[in-house]
Amino acid sequence: MNTFFQTLIVGLRLGSIYALVALGYTMVYGIIRLINFAHGDFIMVGGYTMIFTVPVALRLGLPAWVAVLAAVVVCSLVGIGTELIAYRPVRKKGTNMTALITAIAMSLFLENLAQAIPSIGPNPKVASQIFKAGGIHIGSVTMEYTTIITLVLSAVVMLILYAFTQKTRLGRAMRCVSEDKAAATLMGINVNSTILLTFGIGSGLAAVAALMYMAQYPKVYTTMGSLLGLKAFVSAVLGGIGIVPGAVLGGIVIGLVESFTTTYISSSMADTFVFLILIVVLIIKPAGIMGKNVGEKV
Amino acid sequence: MLEVKDLNLYYGAIHALKGISLTVKDGELVSLIGSNGAGKTSTLHAISGLLPISSGSLTLDGRDLRKVHPNKIINLGLAHVPEGRHVFARMTVEENLLMGAYIIRDSKKIMKNLEKVYSYFPRLRERYKQLAGTLSGGEQQMLATGRALMTDPSILLMDEPSMGLSPLLVKEIFSIIQTLHDSGITILLVEQNAKMALAVSDRAYVLETGKISMSGPASELANDDRVRKAYLGA
Ligand SMILES: Nc1ncnc2c1ncn2[C@@H]1O[C@H](COP(=O)(O)OP(=O)(O)OP(=O)(O)O)[C@@H](O)[C@H]1O
Ligand SMILES: [Mg+2]
Repeated sequence: MNTFFQTLIVGLRLGSIYALVALGYTMVYGIIRLINFAHGDFIMVGGYTMIFTVPVALRLGLPAWVAVLAAVVVCSLVGIGTELIAYRPVRKKGTNMTALITAIAMSLFLENLAQAIPSIGPNPKVASQIFKAGGIHIGSVTMEYTTIITLVLSAVVMLILYAFTQKTRLGRAMRCVSEDKAAATLMGINVNSTILLTFGIGSGLAAVAALMYMAQYPKVYTTMGSLLGLKAFVSAVLGGIGIVPGAVLGGIVIGLVESFTTTYISSSMADTFVFLILIVVLIIKPAGIMGKNVGEKV
Repeated sequence: MLEVKDLNLYYGAIHALKGISLTVKDGELVSLIGSNGAGKTSTLHAISGLLPISSGSLTLDGRDLRKVHPNKIINLGLAHVPEGRHVFARMTVEENLLMGAYIIRDSKKIMKNLEKVYSYFPRLRERYKQLAGTLSGGEQQMLATGRALMTDPSILLMDEPSMGLSPLLVKEIFSIIQTLHDSGITILLVEQNAKMALAVSDRAYVLETGKISMSGPASELANDDRVRKAYLGA
């Protein structure tokens, strides 16, 4: 029973990291129907930003986690910059396929650019402790502080995001743009700046995910976003790409599948199961778990 | 007053609008009729800035619309009910209406306009919580129209509001158009249902493959042999 609870907690923790990254994929997909392959690499950008800013924060007498604010800002700016410099010009002239290839190119560009920067380089860097070690014990089940922080912080971030998209003027504008750009323009919504806002928020979430990832695996390297990004993308598709609650659900499901496979079957089978689940769900429900088609009637 | 002069619009190599000129004076209800592919929708899209034009002038009350960013045109009092409704399917009826008032910051004014729209369309009030994508075609048309009225526009562009509706609903939509006209709103109405359109309009233009072929008072056009043959099925 204890193994079960421990596995459940690990799965939820992993799942909430996937969910945060999946939100970035799904928000961008929702608004411009583009799979932003560079999104996984924004995690790496956030990771390195923290590597460089944690010592600064400590020197200023601030707690280490303050560095995450810098990472959020940097990731948001990188996301906005990617849209402005790469995606927008291509979207204007090209097809969906050119946009997709641009996204892949952007991903490779960021990874290689990072390696080319002397203070980063190809070798992994070990991150310093960001949160206090230790945890609380309930019976024989241990909850590490980092686990508690990960779960609470991701829940808070997701609730704020949900409230933002549902209740605020800008959030509603985002939903309109993702549904119908022409109609949104007629309502007076500036479509381009709304897209930028979406990139800013989605990419900022990658920084929060980087923080949580590093709390668990304190190592940063230039391709750290590849597999994490891929699994988060799978989560987004599983939940129903373009649907915000779907990304959260998909992330949690993938996290649980991975953790339970590792505990009860074998860790080497975890990724296999993740993709197996994806294939099975997509055969049964091609639009993803929460995906549905609310079409316009003519 | 809305003035369109020598409007030319291309889709790639296709010359869709070939020197169109038309005017809609304050308080007028003017209709633009023509068969499929004549260029009616393109004309409205050019006016509200959704499509770039290659030459010509577009002015509203003397202001050059070409210099206004497309999402700022609604600030000039021009609202557009697009062809095919374009409601936000995943949003509720009321959220759609509130989006119509996106440019208004004063919540009292928004509430006042919302009340007014609900009084025009009681059916929308009954269904305020329903997702717009699940409304019937006629209800979606009411929603699209109501959404455009949320800013109290002085001029309304309407693109085929009767498309796909049952005869009863067509009558209802036209009676609403009449009511809006009576309340002083300037309307440019695009319709394939030429008979109904000419019956409510002050003046009309006939569009044929990108050119205005005829224009005049609606009652005169309704009695014109060519119009009767081509558009009224007589
Ligand atoms: N996006 C587009 N790309 C290429 N050609 C287009 C495009 N949109 C419209 N056209 C062409 O421009 C011409 C005018 O189209 P438009 O939609 O303005 O006609 P319409 O009068 O509104 O027709 P309908 O009554 O069927 O709505 C048509 O020949 C159409 O095929
Ligand atoms: Mg049309």
